[in-house]
Amino acid sequence: MTALLETRGITQRFSGLVANSDVSISVGRGEIVGLIGPNGAGKSTLFNLIAGVFPPTEGSIWFDGQDVTHLPAAERCRRGVGRTFQVVKSFETMTVIDNVIVGSLARSTHMREARRKAHVMLEFTGLAARADVLASDLVPAEKRRLEVARALATSPKLLLLDEVLTGLTPAEAQTGVELVRRVRDTGVSVLMVEHVMEIVMPLVDRAIVLDLGKVLVEGKPADIVRDPKVISAYLGDRHAVGA
Amino acid sequence: MDQNFAKRRRRELLTAAMLVAAAAVVPLLVKDAYYQNIMVLTLMYAALSQSWNILSGYCGQISLGHALYFGLGAYTTALLFTKFGVLPWFGMLGGGVISAVMAMALGYPCFRLRGHYFVIATIVIAETALLLVQNWDWAGAALGITIPMHGDNWLTFQFPRSKLPYFYFALVLAAVAWFVTWWLEDSKWGFWWRAVKDNPEAAESLGVVVFNSKMGAAAVSAFFVAVGGGFYAQFVSYIDPESVMGFQFSLKMALAAVLGGIGTLWGPLLGAAILIPISELTSSHIGGSGRGVDLIVYGSLIVLISLARPQGLVSLFSRKKAPAR
Repeated sequence: MTALLETRGITQRFSGLVANSDVSISVGRGEIVGLIGPNGAGKSTLFNLIAGVFPPTEGSIWFDGQDVTHLPAAERCRRGVGRTFQVVKSFETMTVIDNVIVGSLARSTHMREARRKAHVMLEFTGLAARADVLASDLVPAEKRRLEVARALATSPKLLLLDEVLTGLTPAEAQTGVELVRRVRDTGVSVLMVEHVMEIVMPLVDRAIVLDLGKVLVEGKPADIVRDPKVISAYLGDRHAVGA
Repeated sequence: MDQNFAKRRRRELLTAAMLVAAAAVVPLLVKDAYYQNIMVLTLMYAALSQSWNILSGYCGQISLGHALYFGLGAYTTALLFTKFGVLPWFGMLGGGVISAVMAMALGYPCFRLRGHYFVIATIVIAETALLLVQNWDWAGAALGITIPMHGDNWLTFQFPRSKLPYFYFALVLAAVAWFVTWWLEDSKWGFWWRAVKDNPEAAESLGVVVFNSKMGAAAVSAFFVAVGGGFYAQFVSYIDPESVMGFQFSLKMALAAVLGGIGTLWGPLLGAAILIPISELTSSHIGGSGRGVDLIVYGSLIVLISLARPQGLVSLFSRKKAPAR
């Protein structure tokens, strides 16, 4: 079976600055893949390329067996790519339920059906009690969950999570980890960018480390954390020597 | 939760029906032509403002050039009637369709602009159109068009002796504009528009084609404003460029919605019900001296309302308590 998502030799330049260089990664069906790397490694750029915010300078992106390289973000959503944003982008003047309804409308334009599905997603993410609150009145952890609920409401095959666990209290992060597992258990593949290694590593099936726009290593989380190249990328060469 | 929502929707519909019924009786009690005139204008502005609110309130694309569509509606109706004998009913519809197409043609380049730049473009385009019409000889240029009167007639929609038919037409127009807004509010379009206003990038990631959503809002909005323009041409039976395409129309539609509550269902109606009588009464009672006292009073009242209720007067009626912060 082919991978759900595949990037083939993606390069992205921003007027001279190379953010991604020949990046080829894949996400299998039902897999949770972690995308990690130090600041400026090109994680967010790769994310935006996969979500379709802009097309890559070179290379191609394949989703569900089709070339989606030049499809706009809205069309990729319809094909089954859901995403959250690193800096949360709630619809602030709308209620929580209305935020999620926008997501469910991607699949069903029947309002009653869309509303019902939005309620299911709020239950799933534990936001049901906050359904009629304005999104602007949510606390940060709830806004993160709203992003996930909204993306899930579009019935994605692949969910892109951009630092949803970063900046949360340990208890909140634990709830988040469980949420991601439950998402995978419903058959959705997950590609997540994360900073906090100790949270991500137990969660993901596979980790891809980006450094300076290139794939540094990729493999099982347990191997990744011991890899001298990874340690040196994160902490500098001096620490890698003793590893 | 769903039941609450359905209940709220029904209550809104019921409130509107009662308001229409109550409004229908008013001109039978108040027979003074001067006050009836104010009522007609108030209802017309309620309809205009409600339509403006679809593009600028719900979808967040602030237009200060809607006088263009108002003028297009007025001119289409007047020209078709005086030049080709086409009944104003068709003129109003035709003007609406032309305006909707025009709105999309203009939206095609303009919706690529963001924020203030979009607003500036709408003003510039409307002012340019005003200049073009002022120099368009076939359409009467700056002198405008006088619509010949042939006595009371529903077919030609002319009533020299009574304001009542105009009143009822304006009432229906305002009611239809309200109903369309009400209906769109709980449709995919309504949700897309609000999403586009709040955060276009997030909307796009959820499958909303932002550009198309804006085009849809522009077309609906322009259509109803143009029908209002066609009505106005029949109501005053004389139009010239400045009196139907002037900036004051763009401003008044926007102002009514903003005062009442931008992006809300009831805001435009409430805003028009307060703004238009104030504007008419001040100009006829304390205006005319040439010293602009009426405008000072009018302006001060607007400032006072905006200071007291920056989120719009409609917030006075909101049942929810202010959120604890």
